[in-house]
Amino acid sequence: MLDTAAAVRELTFGDAIKEAIAEEMRRDPKVVLMGEDVAEAGTTFKVLTGLVDEFGKDRIIDTPISEAGFTGIGVGAAMTGMRPIVDIMFGDFLMIIMDQVANQAAKIHYMSGGKWKVPLVIRATMGATRRSAAQHSQSLHAWPSHIPGLKVVVPSTPYDAKGLFKAAVRDDNPVVIFEHKISYKKVKGPVPDEDYVIPLGVADVKREGSDITLIALSSMVQTALRAATMLEEVGISAEVVDPRTTWPLDEKTLVDSVKKTSRCIVMDEGYFRYGVTGEIASIIQEQAFYDLDGPVRRMGAMHVPIPFSPSLEDATVPSDRQVFEVARQMCNR
Amino acid sequence: MATKTAHAQDPALQIGKEKLLRLYRQMVAIRLFEERVNDLYTRAVMPGLAHLYIGEEAIAVGVCEALRKDDYITSTHRGHGHCLAKGASPDLMFAELLGKEQGYCKGKGGSMHIADPETGNLGANAIVGGSAGIATGAAYASKYLKLGRVAVCFFGEGALGQGLLYEEMNLAQLWKLPVIFACENNGYNEYTHFSESTAGDVNARAAAFGISVETVDGQHVREVFSVASKYIERARTGDGPAFLQFKTYRYHGHHVGDVARAYYRPKAEEQEWVTQRDPITLHGEWLMTNGIADRAALDAIQESLVKDMDAAVEFAVNAPFPDPDKVDQDIYA
Repeated sequence: MLDTAAAVRELTFGDAIKEAIAEEMRRDPKVVLMGEDVAEAGTTFKVLTGLVDEFGKDRIIDTPISEAGFTGIGVGAAMTGMRPIVDIMFGDFLMIIMDQVANQAAKIHYMSGGKWKVPLVIRATMGATRRSAAQHSQSLHAWPSHIPGLKVVVPSTPYDAKGLFKAAVRDDNPVVIFEHKISYKKVKGPVPDEDYVIPLGVADVKREGSDITLIALSSMVQTALRAATMLEEVGISAEVVDPRTTWPLDEKTLVDSVKKTSRCIVMDEGYFRYGVTGEIASIIQEQAFYDLDGPVRRMGAMHVPIPFSPSLEDATVPSDRQVFEVARQMCNR
Repeated sequence: MATKTAHAQDPALQIGKEKLLRLYRQMVAIRLFEERVNDLYTRAVMPGLAHLYIGEEAIAVGVCEALRKDDYITSTHRGHGHCLAKGASPDLMFAELLGKEQGYCKGKGGSMHIADPETGNLGANAIVGGSAGIATGAAYASKYLKLGRVAVCFFGEGALGQGLLYEEMNLAQLWKLPVIFACENNGYNEYTHFSESTAGDVNARAAAFGISVETVDGQHVREVFSVASKYIERARTGDGPAFLQFKTYRYHGHHVGDVARAYYRPKAEEQEWVTQRDPITLHGEWLMTNGIADRAALDAIQESLVKDMDAAVEFAVNAPFPDPDKVDQDIYA
């Protein structure tokens, strides 16, 4: 957890990411960012507004609508001396670039016997409830997490987003970052002035508790924290643990928390089936089985294409109320 | 085509005796290498798949002899010729093909993934058209970092069916990147004649982007070298990409196991290319007619290469397999 006494500034999630990119670009001239409408438009989410003024169009590079094409350029440029950040806008477009990500970027280091490196960052977004329907709302971080050779970052707070983004840029491997698009403006938090980096693969306990562990990623961290507050009112002490990266995965922090509380819900905005919650739940059951009071529960996006209508879409994502109910039931209160 | 009458004023003489002999030597080296691959594969010493480059040698040699050592190439599943022509060492190539620890990729890549930073080889790629982005990205990095390097993307005409190629050609021309799209048209997408898969005019596809295009006799090594030199230097000085279509033929099947192939390719057609259009025979005859080498000199080149290749095979056959403990090394840098 961040020591808030030292941090005086509050930044939005989006501004923290912009600051991370700007600082890394100032530090290293080999860092460039390319994507659709990233320059003057500052991305469709307006997260990068102003960066082009400082770094120019040679480093904040507008591309054609060719996600696979410019991701491929990112892979080749990363191999040959650059540290590119490619911005694919919506995580749903991951499928368009998947050959470049999974067959190329992820495997080049291994296939070459460790000779070539691919220090590439891929920015994507995730998150439903923006009324953007089935092709602009998915949370697909489980996909790259499945592929050896990739690292996957799913930050939940401005502080984490900045520190993890900077670590991703400095990493010599391809890293995919999923930014929760609803959080860009909605989530604010303390971010220190000084340079800091959060290592990939270190979970963070967002709230300490003793009765139940809520393992939550990205958008679900806020949901878990709200649920924890509701649980506190009925006398249940919930611990909220955020893995922050799905790979590398800090198994120890997750397992240690569950060993302490003896109960666990894993929550994620990705599809429930064959997803991140299944992976983490199995790790908990393999490593903390005899400390558990009951089965690990999982909560994730419903197994439906994300619908458009607000009343339908809202039903697809786990709510704080649902988490509260499940946790209460597990604690027999 | 290749039936040009040689005479004292043949402009190819300007290439110079040393280079003209080197073009010959390099083609013979690839031929001998591939004959040994065929032998190792049919004797079940070589695992996996083997796609032979025999018949197409003039393209890799003519193009790579026009490149600097620090220029880049990307290669294909039929890539042994490109790797050797760019300077790979046959012993480490054979070792990789046999899955040995001393191979270029420590046995982790194999025949279809030879990569070598020392010679600018960004890697052979087993996804058809999959390296178009990597080559274009290397060209982008060369331009951004002002390295003056050119990237050559070798691909078969089968890659004309892949969308990524067109995204990269658009980006390459838009950004005036020093990349050469080298299309080796051997007439067959695996087991299908390319006329059954390719609509319209191939060169017109690249020309539509404003890219310079040329069709080249891929069996005529001096022509390949001269045309490649022209476009490579043009790219190096900032005039952007080129698309070169090399007309060629693979003497063997799609892979070594593709033996009964009369159903898709007439034997008479194969015989015609082998007997009338062989790049090594044609260049050898030209060297003799022009007084650059006599038969004895050409035989001596061949004999010396036979010794080298046999020694390289012996090295690879005797080399140890990697320790299974190394299976999970080199996944991350």
